[in-house]
Amino acid sequence: MHTDDQQPCHNEGRRNFLKQSTAIAALATMTPMLAKAGEYDEHIAGYFEKIPLHLEINGKAYDLSVEPRVTLLDMLREQLGLTGTKKGCDHGQCGCCTVHVDGRRINSCLSLAVTNEGKKITTIEGLAKGDELHPMQEAFMKHDGFQCGYCTPGQIMSAIACIKEGHADTPEDIREYMSGNICRCGAYPNIVDAVMEVKKGGQAL
Amino acid sequence: MINFEYIRAASAKGAIDARTKNAASQFIAGGTNLVDLMKKGVTTPQRLIDINGLPLNTITHDAKGLTIGALVPNSAAADHELVKTKFPLLSMALNAGASAQLRNMATVGGNIMQRTRCSYFYDTTMPCNKRQPGSGCGAKDGYNRMHAIFGASDKCIAVHPSDMCVALAALNATVLVSGSKGDKKIPFADFHRLPGSTPELDNNLQPGELITGVHLPANNFNKYYYLKIRDRLSYAFALVSVAVALEVKDGVIKSAAMAMGGVAHKPWRLKEAEERLVSLAANKETIGQPLESIATAAMQGANTYAHNGYKVKLGKAAIREAVTRALFS
Repeated sequence: MHTDDQQPCHNEGRRNFLKQSTAIAALATMTPMLAKAGEYDEHIAGYFEKIPLHLEINGKAYDLSVEPRVTLLDMLREQLGLTGTKKGCDHGQCGCCTVHVDGRRINSCLSLAVTNEGKKITTIEGLAKGDELHPMQEAFMKHDGFQCGYCTPGQIMSAIACIKEGHADTPEDIREYMSGNICRCGAYPNIVDAVMEVKKGGQAL
Repeated sequence: MINFEYIRAASAKGAIDARTKNAASQFIAGGTNLVDLMKKGVTTPQRLIDINGLPLNTITHDAKGLTIGALVPNSAAADHELVKTKFPLLSMALNAGASAQLRNMATVGGNIMQRTRCSYFYDTTMPCNKRQPGSGCGAKDGYNRMHAIFGASDKCIAVHPSDMCVALAALNATVLVSGSKGDKKIPFADFHRLPGSTPELDNNLQPGELITGVHLPANNFNKYYYLKIRDRLSYAFALVSVAVALEVKDGVIKSAAMAMGGVAHKPWRLKEAEERLVSLAANKETIGQPLESIATAAMQGANTYAHNGYKVKLGKAAIREAVTRALFS
């Protein structure tokens, strides 16, 4: 933990050091590709060049800077420490990484962060109001909608969207429209019960 | 993931210019397929051109038909009132594909451009003529349960994975394309290619060309069904699928359109079956036998491999069932 009374540290962490040194090495061997701004429509971001990114995450505005290859998932977890969003398969097959972008659920592992400029992101961390859990979080606890819990943040984000989309009228609908979220513990019946209860409760989500 | 350069396009012209100037560049929209392929090292573009900011996300309708912008998300297209009422077959097919999350990301243009899910294409340690021309086909003598039974070549037996495209093929859609030489329209049947000796080419889009939308011509169909058979009930690619649209008037089939998915390198139109359906009575008691014969004929000429012979029987049953459900459910 870095505190104000600590001496500035002159030793580089391994991760940052490697990142910087590879970046410099790559720059030395690369052909110049940083075209003039406006040559096409926008500035071209080079291989290791971080580009500015403005996002609203859980109601808070962020001015960020990311490499083009960083996914929204990795940016949330690695850069912002929002580790509630999980990395399962990292290929859009499990749904662990589900977040809302402008109110719509997506797989954050298949979305490059830079393609979300100006968007509003909601993650599992943005659901509770202080100590008051979101109705869907309460329902998952009440109905035991998980065992190990790894898929749960994605399940909850998906479940909220499922109701908002109008796809949670019947257990069959819920099973179909929640099929993008895999639970290896097999808590599916309880997840369906939790979603049904919140849907029937009619609370504002 | 591999490194790449990134540029945000503010206009279609800017995007096309950027793409034309750099042969190793690719457009990115939803990214659900491309980002996955880049993570696997299957596709290694040197530069990505982000087209998400282009004004290609509207759905419009007039007397001639429906035009869907290339950037309309699959979910928005499936849930759009005009699509649901005028072209319910497309809505059904879209909802049969992927998951709710992926349908929110994937665009109509991107769905048309998605690449095969052949596991040998995805596995960079395996030979694949589509990924690396000349390296061979791992699937032909490998585990080819998911593979083509129509139109394959000795170079490639992969299938096109899209559900949406099967419906678009049946509905005689047109792909709207812009390029440095201007705009053009490509009939859906001519858009995707069979593998032949160049399986690396999925379609007939020329370098630098950008899909701007699809157009669905107005039609008289009033009965529809999209039947998708897969290993689990949701969120899996089709083993076999059938899109069928029928015009039934006074209890008789007046016109028919039908295409299959999961069986070829492109959506597989069933022209002969369509012709034979016309003038049959839409009668549960009498249609069974002619339908059986039509379905059997449609699967003739199938060429199977060690593990996908089941698709012939499955395809036949799927055709029968899809037409029956369109007519009577």
